[in-house]
Amino acid sequence: MSAAGLPGGTGNIVARLPFPTAAGRELGDRQLRGNLRRATHTIRDKRLRVVGELADWEQLRRAGAAIKDDVLARLPELLERFEAAATAAGATVHWARDAEEACAVVAGLVRGTGAAEVVKVKSMATQEIGLNEALAAVGIDAVETDLAELIVQLADDTPSHILVPAIHYNRTQIRDIFARRMAGIDASALTDDPPALAEAARRHLRARFLSAKVGISGANFAIADSGTLVVVESEGNGRMCLTLPETLISVVGVEKLLPSFRDLEVFLQLLPRSSTGERMNPYTSMWTGVTPGDGPQTVHIVLVDNGRTETLADPVGRQALRCIRCSACLNVCPVYERVGGHAYGSVYPGPIGAILSPQMSRGGANRTLPYASTLCGACFDACPVRIDIPQVLVHLRQSGVDAARGRPSAERTAMRAMSVVMRDRRRYAAALRAARRGAAPLRAVAGRRGTVRRLPWPLSAWTSVRDAPLPPKQTFREWWVDERS
Amino acid sequence: MNARDEILRRVRAAAAAGPAATAIPRDYDAADGPPGAALADQLVDRLEDYKARVRRCAEPDLAATVASLLPATSTVVAPPGVPAAWLSAHAGATLRDGDPAPLTVADLDAPGVTVVTGCAVAVAETGTLILDASPDQGRRLLTLVPDHHICVVRTSQIAARLPEALRRLPDPTRPLTMISGPSATSDIELNRVEGVHGPRHLDVVITS
Repeated sequence: MSAAGLPGGTGNIVARLPFPTAAGRELGDRQLRGNLRRATHTIRDKRLRVVGELADWEQLRRAGAAIKDDVLARLPELLERFEAAATAAGATVHWARDAEEACAVVAGLVRGTGAAEVVKVKSMATQEIGLNEALAAVGIDAVETDLAELIVQLADDTPSHILVPAIHYNRTQIRDIFARRMAGIDASALTDDPPALAEAARRHLRARFLSAKVGISGANFAIADSGTLVVVESEGNGRMCLTLPETLISVVGVEKLLPSFRDLEVFLQLLPRSSTGERMNPYTSMWTGVTPGDGPQTVHIVLVDNGRTETLADPVGRQALRCIRCSACLNVCPVYERVGGHAYGSVYPGPIGAILSPQMSRGGANRTLPYASTLCGACFDACPVRIDIPQVLVHLRQSGVDAARGRPSAERTAMRAMSVVMRDRRRYAAALRAARRGAAPLRAVAGRRGTVRRLPWPLSAWTSVRDAPLPPKQTFREWWVDERS
Repeated sequence: MNARDEILRRVRAAAAAGPAATAIPRDYDAADGPPGAALADQLVDRLEDYKARVRRCAEPDLAATVASLLPATSTVVAPPGVPAAWLSAHAGATLRDGDPAPLTVADLDAPGVTVVTGCAVAVAETGTLILDASPDQGRRLLTLVPDHHICVVRTSQIAARLPEALRRLPDPTRPLTMISGPSATSDIELNRVEGVHGPRHLDVVITS
């Protein structure tokens, strides 16, 4: 239980390793860094181009942020309105406090249909609650149908990006995964040409789409006034899962609400341009309950909390719940670009993950995630709903430090010593002189930029992840005296 | 306490910790665009940019234009409200959904099937077609399972930007499908590649 008396979320939002440990391991993978660099730079340029086409982009961002803040302020009322409207339209609404409860609800619904296999649209909510593993445990096979999710599933890997879970693989690696793991494929004829890989995925999944009895999705938006759900996608796998099965189960985080249909005029401009750098994604589907004769005739919606109310209870941190999962912040982040998504240990990686995961769950090593940033601010500039990620990172670091006050810390001891030195000008000048003398032998090993890569213990704690600058040969005060004499 | 009541109790407690709701600034461009030939030009440009094939024709040439996009051997599928005149120049077979029975997935998945529909509204700025399951657009699977979709757009149906297009929809609780180019993916190295699960060929006919 947290300070606010609310339980945290569970599922795949808990980092098992401290971020520096996990990041160190990922950094050793040169292929990974090359793949990430190419993909993130491609998407950065595309995003800037299509965002630049809209003269009112900043106004859209402000409107998007304000609509989401309004939703968070009125969430109780909007949730009840959504439930009433969706129910009136023929859907059945379920509620789940955490990941386990959400999985149990979905598993029970699938078992009720008698189906042994479900087709899935890519969904962060179902990744978050670990739905595939939970369904497997009760003998139900969940088939991921998004191309990147399929790649990750075939490779027995985990997603490393919100939008493109297989961003850490290049085309040749994807070709090899398909050749090895895709049933019935002619490996000798498969090339690494992207259209050929897309064609292989089409053939692999087509029969399963056409015969599926149960589809499982998330939702990008849920309209409170009408009970409408919205799924934004590219490939048509979403339309297949939302249209062909008899039963559709959608797992939706409680913060996905928008008050009215009109609000989509803002979000359907912000989301595609921020995520894939397109003016509009190829397909967007919207459905309201059950439509007789068209699409699934049994429609379930599972509303999930899983740590969202805990996040909402923090007046500074709650802005993380504006997130529309576009992943623009990942694509511009210098830290994400180098370490990739796995280092964050949660299904929500990158800058947004560094503020979302530790708020949704205090478990595991999540307290290390707010430090997974240089605070450069590129994420805030890119965010279509203006989440001030650096502000929340600093806020969470502060909370972490406050929580540990009273316990001894090497950092605080060092800072206290520093404070004694810096409070007095003579002590400060003397300390600088001493530092310069002490550093003199190090100049011989310093690099071109005057930095040292490794210092002896205990200063090695600093240089294990960064270079140490050497004190300059002359201080500004000395230079000033020289100039004036 | 059941899950619903407990979540609502938590949400009430947590929401109260933050600021109250404030007014939404709606100073972005939501106005109706000027109608005119420039809109159709922009729609063509944006559709072609996303690899749709576009034809423009006068109303009397519509049937011939649609037929020119169809291989002679193809089977045309049409929702009940597509005017027979649109298909009158097609020499091959035509199947109407619901006449006599709803078409099956197997009917639609057969090789050489092309679906011909109208649309509810189109968005010039983004090259988007919006279908709302009206009689000339039909059930959602009709425009999903066949590999080839021909969509007829009247110039009067073209909106300049998205806000205007969404306002023009008569009933947003109908099943809605927004289509921007043929099926595509950005999942391989974040580059767009056309042709995955939805129709791999999208033809748009713009007529007065």
